Amino acid sequence: MKEEAQIREILLELFSSQKLGVLGTHQAGQPYGSLVAFAATPDLKSLVFATTRATRKFANLRSDPRVSMVLDNRSNRVADFRKAVAATALGQAKEVRGKERKKFAKMYLAKHPHLSEFVASPTCALVRIRVEVYYLVWRFQNVFEWRVKS
Amino acid sequence: MSTIALSLPEIKPEDRSRVGGKGFALAVMARGGLQVPPALCIIPEAYLEFVTATGIRETILMELGRKSFEDMRWEEIWDTALRIRNAFLQAPIPDVLRGNLIPHLEAMFSGKPVAVRSSAPGEDSAQTSFAGLHESYIHIRGIEAMLEHIRLVWASLWSDRALLYRKELGLDVEKSTMAVVVQEMISGERSGVAFGRNPLDPSQSVIEAVYGLNQAMVDGTVEPDRWFLRRETGEVISHHAANREKTLAYAQGGVRLEPLAPELRARAPLEPSEIGEVFGLTRKSETLFGSPQDVEWTYRENLLFTLQSRPITTGSSDPGDTRRWYLSLHRSFENLKNLRHKIEDELLPRMVEEAREMAQIAPAPLSDPELAGEIERRLEIGKKWDDQYKEFCIPFAHGMRLFGQVYNDKLKPENPFEFMDLIGGADMISVQRNRALEGLVRRVRRNPRLAESLRRGRREGMDPGFLKALESFLAEFGDQSWSKARLDKDPKALFTLLLNMALREPPRRGSAKKDQKSLEKKFLSRFDEDRKEFAAELLDLGRASYRLRDDDNIYMGKIQSQIVAAVDEGRRRLQRKGRSFSSPADGRDVARALRDPRFIFKKPAHRGLKPGKGKAGIRGRQLVGQPASQGIAMGKARVILRAEDLFAFQPGEILVCDAIEPNMTFVVPLAAGIVERRGGMLIHGAIIAREYGIPCVTGIPDATSLIPNGTRVTVDGFLGIVIIGETTLPGKEKT
Repeated sequence: MKEEAQIREILLELFSSQKLGVLGTHQAGQPYGSLVAFAATPDLKSLVFATTRATRKFANLRSDPRVSMVLDNRSNRVADFRKAVAATALGQAKEVRGKERKKFAKMYLAKHPHLSEFVASPTCALVRIRVEVYYLVWRFQNVFEWRVKS
Repeated sequence: MSTIALSLPEIKPEDRSRVGGKGFALAVMARGGLQVPPALCIIPEAYLEFVTATGIRETILMELGRKSFEDMRWEEIWDTALRIRNAFLQAPIPDVLRGNLIPHLEAMFSGKPVAVRSSAPGEDSAQTSFAGLHESYIHIRGIEAMLEHIRLVWASLWSDRALLYRKELGLDVEKSTMAVVVQEMISGERSGVAFGRNPLDPSQSVIEAVYGLNQAMVDGTVEPDRWFLRRETGEVISHHAANREKTLAYAQGGVRLEPLAPELRARAPLEPSEIGEVFGLTRKSETLFGSPQDVEWTYRENLLFTLQSRPITTGSSDPGDTRRWYLSLHRSFENLKNLRHKIEDELLPRMVEEAREMAQIAPAPLSDPELAGEIERRLEIGKKWDDQYKEFCIPFAHGMRLFGQVYNDKLKPENPFEFMDLIGGADMISVQRNRALEGLVRRVRRNPRLAESLRRGRREGMDPGFLKALESFLAEFGDQSWSKARLDKDPKALFTLLLNMALREPPRRGSAKKDQKSLEKKFLSRFDEDRKEFAAELLDLGRASYRLRDDDNIYMGKIQSQIVAAVDEGRRRLQRKGRSFSSPADGRDVARALRDPRFIFKKPAHRGLKPGKGKAGIRGRQLVGQPASQGIAMGKARVILRAEDLFAFQPGEILVCDAIEPNMTFVVPLAAGIVERRGGMLIHGAIIAREYGIPCVTGIPDATSLIPNGTRVTVDGFLGIVIIGETTLPGKEKT
């Protein structure tokens, strides 16, 4: 079993090297995947992304906040089967507002400065996923589960 | 010091790609013994460091990725370039880079005025001449001003003109770079350009010369003297003296067009011996570069300086390349002032006169052949004005662009389109018309009996005050036409419009006027005392450009409506005779059919506008365009394909159309939101939407075919997005 510190380190490295992740939501049981630009808090307890409120993913997570997000570093080559790392996060999503939004926006924009206009728009929601568990996969079939303590 | 900047003697042959064409040519000339003003080449690494450290590279990627270039109009490309330029203006040069640049600049130019010019790698090569695609700035003084203009030259790698030629330039956000030449200004008393070989006659050379600086000559503001010489011997074949009246001279903080001293008007700017010397320059330059050159030169205290040398290229080989026309739209301040006079004092009065003259000939009493002749005559007049419109009115719209650029340079606003608030709100005819219409609507709102009469389409029982106001409205604005419809043609349509307008709240007008005053003060305060007059003139020009861009369409509408009146009469006669034709029958065909009873109407060609039917299984759900007016709105889409759609417009609907023209903006106050195929921030739809504070997204390709009439849409005017279909906006913030 990997040490928690080791898993943290792998995740931190993965998150700092990647800009996009796949968000999973659903509507009446029909799964729905969306590519989003994400940022993670240093304690790895939260993942943040931005979306306009008129999108399907936003409507989905409003009706059921249980979501997933896949973050990986694949390069679309065979070597990925041995080298790529993928993390699947499960948790609860909620739009952040007020002071909290300010705080998360700052962190988010530090990673994606070119999205500042998007995030500043009154029609854009900043969504925070409180991560409950990470499933970390590497070397094809090594899978570790890490329950994030809140 | 690091090697982020190279002086001319430091530039080696292998540096060619690093210093760009312009910088390299200067180094070659200096080495070859020509008198060249001292210069510094800032190498592309400085650009790369800047765009990397500031995140501007990503900003450019975002801007250019917004939509496909093929779907962008010139206006949108200009808007995109302005946004990118503003990102450069907003981002200060990082400290490390500043620390590297400043010692070089101080050592060479301390206290002296300089020119800051683009020197893109690949620019000025023999195969491709991209002169003028990137920016150059002259008469820059002081370190901070130099640094700011270096940023602006960097930004011009992404200028509207460069974006237009992106394929030829191989523009690539990841790879493209820009070197910058900073060069001491030589304020010559006489300047010009010399062509080692006349592009039109290879046996000749050409020299052009003016008094003062040659910038005014390059853009055509000051006419040069011109000499044609035998290329082999330098012997003068002919001299075309100019009408020497003006000269461009340095003034505090810039350049200024001044009257030429009377004693110089009768004298050519070059003596015969000097013509020989300038000709010698072209020969020497040709030897150095191995091909005929186009050389920019100036005399200061009788010493001849070479400012630039470029290989001569034989223009655009493709006459169908309309981009040249676009390039010609970039006009100088002087040129724009002349255009304004031409439009205001000459063209518009003549349009009114001509429309009035046409209106005096009633089509009804004419015989069929006479009517046919009258239709053709009016079509000719229309064609003439279309040409005039293209030649004079469209270029004048550049006035607001020029103003916008100066405004952004001076104020560096966060919103690159803030300048529109300062020049907007002008008393445009379309706004006057809308106000008059609103006056009628107020009467309808107050008077239920009047509303009832309107509903029945009867004038009886309407109060005399209203009728009087209606008559004067029709007299003033009734002849405006859009898509073959006139406001005065069908009183019922107008009545319906008034009723619909009465249903909605009176339009909200922002505190635009008050903001304008403070913006104006802010703008003028950024100029030195002796430049304030220029600033005020420029503001006035920007406002005129904004207003006329709208108004000239209204005047064009007056001409158009006279054509419509004659063609409609012809059409009615043909219909009475049972002749069949498609409804948008061409005026010329109507005239032919009036003359020839056997004339057969051709089937109309594809009209381009089709109601929205998605391709099998595919439909648009979210479409991205340009955010043209802030706010968010939801409503039923009313897709405007025909005039009838316009008159059927219901309050609270979303206006979806190909292009909003001033003649149709009367329904705008009814709309909850606007979606337009034509893109841009400075187009009629965007302007009028902002006037009324209505969310607007422009530049949605195929808007009228992708958005089905009657579907619910959401217009996000903050982000420039249109969402088609039912959406809920949970937690919508008040906007």
